Amino acid sequence: MIIGLSHYLIVAALLFTIGVFGIFVNRKNVIIILMCIELILLAVNINFVAFSTHMVETATSNPMAGQIFALFILTVAAAEAAVGLAILVVYFRNRGNIAVENIDLMKG
Amino acid sequence: MLTALSFYLLSAVAVAAAFMVVASRNPVHSVMYLILTFFSAAGLFILMGAEFLALLLVLVYVGAVAVLFLFVVMMLDVDFVELKQGFLSYLPIGAVVAIVLLLEMVLVGGAYVAGETQTVVERGQELSNLERFGAVLYTEYGGLFEAAGIVLLVAMIGAIVLTLREREGVRKQNAMDQMARTRKDGVELVDIEPGQGLG
Repeated sequence: MIIGLSHYLIVAALLFTIGVFGIFVNRKNVIIILMCIELILLAVNINFVAFSTHMVETATSNPMAGQIFALFILTVAAAEAAVGLAILVVYFRNRGNIAVENIDLMKG
Repeated sequence: MLTALSFYLLSAVAVAAAFMVVASRNPVHSVMYLILTFFSAAGLFILMGAEFLALLLVLVYVGAVAVLFLFVVMMLDVDFVELKQGFLSYLPIGAVVAIVLLLEMVLVGGAYVAGETQTVVERGQELSNLERFGAVLYTEYGGLFEAAGIVLLVAMIGAIVLTLREREGVRKQNAMDQMARTRKDGVELVDIEPGQGLG
């Protein structure tokens, strides 16, 4: 049995769907929402790496670019997690809870 | 055969763990399942021949991001059971969105599967994945690489600035004050008359 590109794409699609599903289902818990965003980014990374490793090298295109972009996504995801969790800590310090439905104080 | 077996095992574990991230009652368990998902995804990367990214995934996600999540989950004193309320009421809309999304992606994927099946391209063994990675990263994408460094720097400074606070009533050592102190500030010589004391 040959594992092809489509197999990896299906796994990535499943992970992506679970991530979006989690954001919808866990509407009250910011920490779970952040974890779901990490899951979605992981799915995107799997797509990038799959296309990168299944692509034939030609004169004008280097398949390695996909893995480079996965590296950049990894970087931005780490930065996003750090800043997001810092905001969460500050919010908890000010308000005493992290319920999402209370984060609408600036609503006009 | 072994590749197929590992692929199915790793992807099954990844998808199941990802589902448990969403469904778990305890956020600490969610973080643990997230770590499991990342490990399985790293295994998938190795299967595809992207060893460097697989190791990076373990280092960055399991070593830094997941530990950060764990730290925050354990530090915040939140009643997570209360936050879990409404899980079932959001379930229908979430399920509908998820199914629509999955159907769309399956349709696109099905159109692809109808074509030719492709497997991992075997590249020449003279250069490892890491060498090829570095050769592209530091030449074509050198500027973007430095920009990524700046993004990390900004995120680090941002996180520190956000969480830094001055606390009242904490006695801290001030090294500059201590070093600037001279004999004149600290010692006073008093000539005490006999029988009078310091009065």
